Amino acid sequence: MIIVTWLIAFIQALLIAALAPLLIGWVRKVKAWLQNRRGPSLLQPYADLRKLLVKEIRVPHTASPLFRASPYIVFVAIWLAAATIPLVALDLPTSRIADIIVLVGLLALARFFLALAGMDAGTAFGGMGASREMLISALAEPAMLVAVFTLAMTAHSTSLVSVIDHHLTDGFLLRPSYLFALGALLLVALAECGRIPVDNPATHLELTMIHEAMLLEYAGRHLALMEWAAWIKLLLYGVIIANLFFPWGVAQDFSPLALGLGLAAVLFKLMILGAVLAVSETALAKMRLFRVPAFLNLALLLALLGLLSHVILEVGA
Amino acid sequence: MNMTPALLLAGLAVLLALGSSAVSLLASRDPSVLRRVAMPLIGLSGLAALAAGLWALIAGGDISTTLPFGLPWMPWQVRLDALSGFFLMTIGLVVCAVGIYGPSYVRGFEHGRESLTALGGFTGLFLAGMLLVVLANDAFLFMVAWELMSLSSYFLVAFQHENAANRRAAFLYLLMAHVGGLTILLGFGVLSGFGHSFAFDAMREAILSPGWASVAFALAFVGFGMKAGLVPLHAWLPEAHPVAPSHISALMSGVMLKVAVYGFIRVVFDLIGQVQWQWGVTLMVIGSLSALVGVLFALMQTDLKRLLAYSSVENLGIIFIALGLALVFLSTGHALLGALAFVAALYHVINHALFKSLLFLGAGAILHSSHERDLEQMGGLLRRMPWTGAFFLIGCLSISALPPFNGFVSEWLIFQSALQAWQLESGVLRSLIPIASAVLALTGALVAATFVKVYGVAFLGQARSRHVRHARQGTFGMRAGQGFLAGLCVLFGVLPTQVIMLIDGVSVQILGTGLPQASAHGWLWLTPISSETASYSAPLTILLLTLVAGFAFWWFLRGVPRRIRRSDPWDCGFAPPTPGMQYTATAFAQPIRRVFGPLFEIDEARPAHADGEPRYRLKLTDRTWGLLYLPVARAVESASRRVVRLQSGNVRTYLGWTLATLLVLLWIIS
Amino acid sequence: MTLTVLTLLQQFVLLLAALVLFLSFVLLAQPRLIAAIHLFAWQGALIAAVTLTVALAGHAHHLYFSALLTLVLKALLIPWMLHRLVRRLGLERHTEALRWPALAMMAGVALVIFSYWLVVPMVEQGLAFTRNIVAVSLAVVLIGLLMMVLRQQAVAQVLGFMSMENGLFLAAVSATAGMPLVVELGVAFDVLVAMVLFGVFFFQIRESIDSLDVDRLNRLTETVDNEDLIQ
Repeated sequence: MIIVTWLIAFIQALLIAALAPLLIGWVRKVKAWLQNRRGPSLLQPYADLRKLLVKEIRVPHTASPLFRASPYIVFVAIWLAAATIPLVALDLPTSRIADIIVLVGLLALARFFLALAGMDAGTAFGGMGASREMLISALAEPAMLVAVFTLAMTAHSTSLVSVIDHHLTDGFLLRPSYLFALGALLLVALAECGRIPVDNPATHLELTMIHEAMLLEYAGRHLALMEWAAWIKLLLYGVIIANLFFPWGVAQDFSPLALGLGLAAVLFKLMILGAVLAVSETALAKMRLFRVPAFLNLALLLALLGLLSHVILEVGA
Repeated sequence: MNMTPALLLAGLAVLLALGSSAVSLLASRDPSVLRRVAMPLIGLSGLAALAAGLWALIAGGDISTTLPFGLPWMPWQVRLDALSGFFLMTIGLVVCAVGIYGPSYVRGFEHGRESLTALGGFTGLFLAGMLLVVLANDAFLFMVAWELMSLSSYFLVAFQHENAANRRAAFLYLLMAHVGGLTILLGFGVLSGFGHSFAFDAMREAILSPGWASVAFALAFVGFGMKAGLVPLHAWLPEAHPVAPSHISALMSGVMLKVAVYGFIRVVFDLIGQVQWQWGVTLMVIGSLSALVGVLFALMQTDLKRLLAYSSVENLGIIFIALGLALVFLSTGHALLGALAFVAALYHVINHALFKSLLFLGAGAILHSSHERDLEQMGGLLRRMPWTGAFFLIGCLSISALPPFNGFVSEWLIFQSALQAWQLESGVLRSLIPIASAVLALTGALVAATFVKVYGVAFLGQARSRHVRHARQGTFGMRAGQGFLAGLCVLFGVLPTQVIMLIDGVSVQILGTGLPQASAHGWLWLTPISSETASYSAPLTILLLTLVAGFAFWWFLRGVPRRIRRSDPWDCGFAPPTPGMQYTATAFAQPIRRVFGPLFEIDEARPAHADGEPRYRLKLTDRTWGLLYLPVARAVESASRRVVRLQSGNVRTYLGWTLATLLVLLWIIS
Repeated sequence: MTLTVLTLLQQFVLLLAALVLFLSFVLLAQPRLIAAIHLFAWQGALIAAVTLTVALAGHAHHLYFSALLTLVLKALLIPWMLHRLVRRLGLERHTEALRWPALAMMAGVALVIFSYWLVVPMVEQGLAFTRNIVAVSLAVVLIGLLMMVLRQQAVAQVLGFMSMENGLFLAAVSATAGMPLVVELGVAFDVLVAMVLFGVFFFQIRESIDSLDVDRLNRLTETVDNEDLIQ
């Protein structure tokens, strides 16, 4: 039994890495439709990855060995974080390795190396990107943790599995705290994944880029890993939001039927979330950097109100 | 298990420290004595302290004895229990590393003008003072040892006294240490008033009224908090710690601050005993404030050692948040949760000792080889000092609380205990504690920003000055000292279950409860409350990280020829980038400076368009100076101006005052 | 108390109350006047929805009328009057950002915790549902007052005042299942009269000091500052 669960966990981890480009392709496709374009194929991100993986690697003269190690560390940390979340099935052995705080920690580890890699080449862009990334993450972190704490205090646990389990046993309840936490997490996810209105993944305009500024010196396989990691991160946030707030459909045992249903459910939820993301990116404009604190302030406000409405309205004293 | 050898080992550690101090007297004849004899003795003393501490922790009992010194009616008493043992172990670990690192480092002073006798002599006394504080079992010995520690560290801060700023920092330190010492003494006074003795045993038995207990708590908190550098009493710390020689800075930040934490735990948790939840809330508020202010000021610094000192303020804030949580849980009857928060605090104590010493030793290595403390002049050191660079990176990762390093474990435990707030009855506490942990999260992210800045500016990129361009690798001893601490940082991060089992004894001894669940699922899984609530497996994280990384390497390198071309970085089509074009430390911190603007007093002069020689000037001041210290200083000055009127210069007037004083005193005692 | 013992309608009341509180916060930090008026209208609509839900849950027929009255008055009439006022005063593009919005927000959060702490001992344990909503209403009242303290613009102050009234109404509806109709009509009439009076005052204020910045009302004091003489 243990071997089977580990096997499922392993397949799920591979599935996450394999699905991430598809989600990005879907978001791009919907955005293209909204802009009255036909857009590239859904599978275009896979082709991009393949191409980048076999291309020649270029490394700046000024870079240290850390520059070459960083893509691997970033990719592995984010992948490991993604492997511990319940995508299709609950209660897999990998989800015991890390609760949600460890997950945040792993993402922070990846960010740390991403920022260092940005600064390694010794160019102004890299430093700029690193500085801005650290600012945004610093402001997003409290909102993220308070939102997560609200859920964790409801379920009395920081393990994602327990939180989802608790949600499923309670059935459908109108929880104001969940509504606020959802709002907060959506805003945080936009900021952390570098999407519009905080950062624009499609731009290479020097003064506005954040994430891309740190990757500017990367090429070939290194760039592929960094991009892929960013896509996995988007998928990770998508799955967390989908499965924490709308857990229905996730497999609670390991029968093939349940697993198949779980996969279908999560794909459906991600499709909706991706479409929502595409619509919001089409409707919103990118903000100036110093408007971002106000944006994340709103996220923190939502998270705090979620916490307070949990304490005041849902539990009472 | 027999505890006598542990106490003997602790005594040996004190004697070795004093011996090192005595040997240093010879340094005026032969400067190499310091490097050849005194520093190794310090290391041995650390080793003995480590052994004594480990013995006490593993044996789990306590032993006390009376020394043949002290006042006739009040002989000095010493006691070694689990709490002292834990702090002895912490001191021992850092001192061992300093003992390995020190000999090469002090060599740099052999041709300087400063007195090596003073350096070696006071280092030994400083260490002996710290060890005795931890061992003391009566208020008298405690205060004597405390003053020994404070005074000898004052001389170490004033070591390079040619510089006026250093003298000023040392004076400020001395002043604050004595104000702190005074309040601690008053706190002991309250306790001994109820216990009718200066012995800790009597104080422990005494039962205080809640009002007096709060007074004793407040006095202890102010006194020890001042030594620990809590906001707003922190102003001396970033002045004093950086100006001492680097291995002493490591001892001060890594160990001496922990001795203050020891004193606080001993007095509040052990001697007072009956805790109140309001104390816990006070601790959490002050701790959150210290953590946030500390890290924001650290982020703004460009002097590496000053930055590290500010970061100590932040870490002590985190420790006090955890202690506050423990107080809240204990006072509301949740002993198990109190134990969890307490263990988390102790875990962070030892973690901070390890990584802060490591970082100070790294800063010392940079200072030693490039004579540079200013981040704006550094750059590209990773390629010039690869070992120091690697160890420093481990330190940065640990202090930024990133898995799988040690800082993460303690912050994770603090978050876990904060998350148990739902068990409290009071809704206000239930909503305040998560807000405190939000501050902790903000702090954690800002710490990461700080150390990205430090590492990115100092070790990556290109050198910004000639000194740094010619920096060379330190000697083997220096590298080994750092490597020892870096290894421990990794070890304490990967094997949290074992460390907690070790610390658990302290919690059992002081609080009467341990964490039986923490290791219930084997050494692989850390489950502080229960496996449903939360679990963390650092060994598996490490294993999977390496496995997946290995797999990724294999997968991506398979079949693809290793073509790596070196090229110039992207230059926008203009001239190739020069070191001057890199992002500076100030520039890196600018966005955060702007967002948190109201906290700082910013004096910024931007170049105008028409300037022929554009200059940018930025000066940040701590607001507490204007709000707290300067008014106090002004009040003291105006009071002394009034007193000056007594100084007429006439001898008979002075005699008249003496007569009046004598008469009043006689009248009082009659 | 746990959420599971409540009926779906009661849960819905809680949700709406939480949203009212959220709108209070957003109103506090909203720099644009027109947007703030819209937010206020939404808050009124939410209050009307709370009233309607309470009416459905308790089968209290007079509350249907009350809900309709609230909707017409607070979500439509008063916002429309404010809107017209702002247009006639030429303040459509007026913005007034708080200096440190994050601090204002933290102050608001502190007020919420404070009002909860205040209300808990006042209402007995059995009425946890009512008590929690009263705590939220009190917080809405206090945040409205905070908004009046922090804002300089007179129209924004009126919005703060009106949202205080919203908080009181929320408490009344949820705690007592609605006031007698006479009282309610009286209050509604008072609010309406207050609104008209505010409108008249604004024009008067602007004529005398040429601005709606309430800080400048200091100039109307009889003693003249030295600084003013110098100017």
